Amino acid sequence: MSELIKKVKALLNDKTINVFVGYEKGSADRIRACFARNEAQANKVFFDASCTQNLAGYLLKHEVKHFGKLGILANVAALRSIMQLASEFQIKDGEVYVLFANPDGTFVEFNDFHSIEAYLQTTDTGIKAEEQERIASLEAMSNNERWLFWNKEFEKCIKCYACRAACPMCYCHRCTTDVNQPQWIPVASHERGNLDYHLMRAMHLAGRCVNCGECATACPMDIPLNLLTYQLISPIKETFGATAGMKADATYALSTYKPDDKENFII
Amino acid sequence: MQEFEPKIVAFVCNWCTYAGADLTGTSRIKYSANVKIIRFPCTGRIDFMILMKAFENGADGIIVSGCHPNDCHYSTGNFHARRRWIVFRNLLNFTGIDTERIQFSWVSAAEGFKWADVVNNTVKKIKEIGPYENYKKIAVSTLFNEEGASNE
Repeated sequence: MSELIKKVKALLNDKTINVFVGYEKGSADRIRACFARNEAQANKVFFDASCTQNLAGYLLKHEVKHFGKLGILANVAALRSIMQLASEFQIKDGEVYVLFANPDGTFVEFNDFHSIEAYLQTTDTGIKAEEQERIASLEAMSNNERWLFWNKEFEKCIKCYACRAACPMCYCHRCTTDVNQPQWIPVASHERGNLDYHLMRAMHLAGRCVNCGECATACPMDIPLNLLTYQLISPIKETFGATAGMKADATYALSTYKPDDKENFII
Repeated sequence: MQEFEPKIVAFVCNWCTYAGADLTGTSRIKYSANVKIIRFPCTGRIDFMILMKAFENGADGIIVSGCHPNDCHYSTGNFHARRRWIVFRNLLNFTGIDTERIQFSWVSAAEGFKWADVVNNTVKKIKEIGPYENYKKIAVSTLFNEEGASNE
């Protein structure tokens, strides 16, 4: 830990970065994100196994960006988010200082996108087994059972948009949710509008989701909405051969095509 | 009892299917009157949200139709659309929405007969499955009643 704090201080002192996005202990010792800009704030930087939030969600937030050059304490999900953001031309190589919190307890500097890509090739980036099981059990249900399941879940949604705020890929300045001419998504939270919202969210993240699970973690109503986007990962990989967040120069699966894309439902 | 007459909305592209539907008419081929055709510049323009809105406003079935692959007026619009529908169908299936109710097809400007077939078959299928009660049930008010059609 002291090693990490020393590192952050050194980075801030020699002006390599202006702000370091890491973790600290908040009230009641709960882990929260911190934005260290000076020595005193750097002293609070904390890391242990309970720090699991994907901090890449802050990289494009105006409130953080305006501090200047960013440094980030990244986990595997954050590395993938950075790769995906780079492929969408949101981050340039060298723009963000990446300190990777290796699961073995060490901290590794990644100086360029290439080294991140190389690391991601060697590590497990898949969906967790328990989530895979949940998806499989949902897929085994009948259509109507699935409809009832999701209705019950979406019924709980209070449209707080925490899922959108937490998602590292939801960075549009004007989200479809906010558009009111035409009003695609009803403002009030009723079942039909909630269904619209969640389908829209999933579709806009299809082929871009890096399965960090921040959306479900952020949800105050415990809707397992990460399953919606997770479920699309394997069909997109199988049909189009694309996986999000593995390469900085990848093409978004839905912005390209192959003349011989296979489907079996168009007559 | 009166027979159930489904409401079908067809989203078609200007260059192929709309012209094809025109040909159906000028060829005096009769087809089901349940379908309401909405013309788009290209299948690539048919956003998935538009299909959601159709169900929301009481459609029992949807037809999405455009140029055959390699025939797109804009070269690639239908290829992009095809990818989108592959993903969207997956998502609809996973959320339990009845994908049987959405018929995708390629109908060229010369296929007047095919258009009549597509419409007739879809209407027949939807008549068998019945009205889309599941969707109509989930909210008392539709978007349009609630926030006003004047927004558009």
